[in-house]
Amino acid sequence: MTATMPVVATPKIGARNVSKHYPTADGTMVALEDFSLDVADGEFVCIVGPSGCGKSTFLRMVAGLESISLGSIEIRPGREKAKPLNSVVFQEYAIFPWKTLIENVAFGPQMRGVGRKERLETARYWLDRVGLGKFADYYPHQISGGMKQRVSIIRALANDPEVLLMDEPLGALDAQTRVVIQEELLRIWEETRKTVLYITHSLDEAVLLGDRVILMSAQPGRHLATFKIDLPRPRTIAMTNSPRFAEYRAQIWEKLSAEVTRAMEAQP
Amino acid sequence: MTAATTRDVPAENKVSSTPRTTSADKRASLVLAAAIVALNGGLAVVGLWGNFASAAIGASFVLLVLMCERIGRLVPVKGRGIYERTLALGFPLLVLVLWELAADSGFINPTWFPPPSRIGAALWDLSTRYDRFSGTTLLGRPWLMPEAFSKDGWGGVWNLVAESHVFATVARVLVGFVLGAIPGVLVGVVMGLNQTVRLMLDTTLSAIYVLPKIAIFPIVMLMFADPFGEAPKILVVGLSVFILMAINTMAAVRGIDKVYLMAGRNYGAKGWSMLRHVILPGALPVIFSGLRIALGTAMIVIISVEFVRAKQGVGYMTFYYWEVLNPEKMYAGLVVVMILGVLLTYALQWLQRRLMPWQR
Repeated sequence: MTATMPVVATPKIGARNVSKHYPTADGTMVALEDFSLDVADGEFVCIVGPSGCGKSTFLRMVAGLESISLGSIEIRPGREKAKPLNSVVFQEYAIFPWKTLIENVAFGPQMRGVGRKERLETARYWLDRVGLGKFADYYPHQISGGMKQRVSIIRALANDPEVLLMDEPLGALDAQTRVVIQEELLRIWEETRKTVLYITHSLDEAVLLGDRVILMSAQPGRHLATFKIDLPRPRTIAMTNSPRFAEYRAQIWEKLSAEVTRAMEAQP
Repeated sequence: MTAATTRDVPAENKVSSTPRTTSADKRASLVLAAAIVALNGGLAVVGLWGNFASAAIGASFVLLVLMCERIGRLVPVKGRGIYERTLALGFPLLVLVLWELAADSGFINPTWFPPPSRIGAALWDLSTRYDRFSGTTLLGRPWLMPEAFSKDGWGGVWNLVAESHVFATVARVLVGFVLGAIPGVLVGVVMGLNQTVRLMLDTTLSAIYVLPKIAIFPIVMLMFADPFGEAPKILVVGLSVFILMAINTMAAVRGIDKVYLMAGRNYGAKGWSMLRHVILPGALPVIFSGLRIALGTAMIVIISVEFVRAKQGVGYMTFYYWEVLNPEKMYAGLVVVMILGVLLTYALQWLQRRLMPWQR
């Protein structure tokens, strides 16, 4: 039970009082306000919140893909300096349609200057690990949505980053495929124990995967509540039927539903 | 009430439809064929076909389309490909046959609209004979090539090819195309990525884009020591291609889904690697449709330039035979232009398949 420490002395990801403002024609739009979050090494943190609460914006700021208006975000580098700090799994199927699956998975190492033989070996290892080995030379348009998102996930893992940032990676999938990939994700995470920041709409997904679930408020996004999920690891899909799981879900939903209603009413 | 009837109709159809519609289609296509014959034959017998020619042609076309659709429904799935090819090739063939008949019967003036058979003969004549008076040769006297080869080797063959009209036109188009397309794509990429450059160049390029390139040809001629040489002709082709490709590539780059750019950046691509692995492949589908249009533009520009000022080239040849009042050969020149256009487009499609294997 010691694996789920929420905050340690030097967090892997440390976000301090982060805000995001967008200038618009009629004044400044505040997407995220005074948001702080510490993620420990090897921790799996899920962020849930109503649509437009700025959770994806926050993730992109952690990834360095979006500028930070106020505050600071730091990712602590590991011992190997060559390792990338973060890799993002995007919401859409952001694997490149013009590259074969194996080229897609090998893309991160390729950009870091890893030799052809070595990076293709790494890519093949990951493709085999999720059962896509025989599709290595296929192009993305030849495979299903679920397979594409698997490739998207292992493209990040093959890059071996310090932290993995996942932006609603399963949002576009149908319910059945979603469950299958959730299970796969659990299995891979138990084996690699990467630090993960995971954005999702789905409470079930958040409770199933996360060590902690962070709830955000509707726009502007603020920290609303933190739930520590003390379900034992390794977890399985079967746990979603347990009473404790239901309890967590009900607890979070109670807070979230009020926020969702507020967000809907605020919309014109 | 209405809901009930609309629900009943398809159900009834499903039960007994297949055999009945097949025979109905057969009958209908026969009736339509008969109608086309009756309409045109009737008008011809009465002697009024000439007065109602356009109406008769229009009505016949509509009837023909309806007939072909009925026939298309009768074609089994396996024969679909053959049916579609027959339709795509058969119709132009039909037009040629009708043209031939119309010219033979004197309905259209064969002096100005020579029948396809005579245009074909003129094309054969151009390919196999040397016009001593104009020094005109379409393909570079192929009948002399074996002899030239045995005397001077490939150099001799090359000399013959170089004197041909087809070579002159194709060389100008290709050189101008490449010299225009490469910088055009590069400038387009910069414009797509950098807002400042885009704002500075967009309006200028749009303004030059609409200028007929033949109108600036005289200025381009003045820019060179030898205004009658190849350089101004190639440059004017290159310029047209350049402007089109810059505008097109800009749109292509701006149309790349942002998520690919973010993914590229997040996985460490920057500068050249970003261009090579993300931006160029992402823009390539649109760039290629632009190249196809640019190829057509290059053809149009070079033919009009050759009309105006050239001693060699398919455009020059076409205009020459117009001036000496030989319409058959003039038409033959136009046919050569069309054939070149189709062949160059095929070449471009081949290149596209090679460069974009991910698009089926």
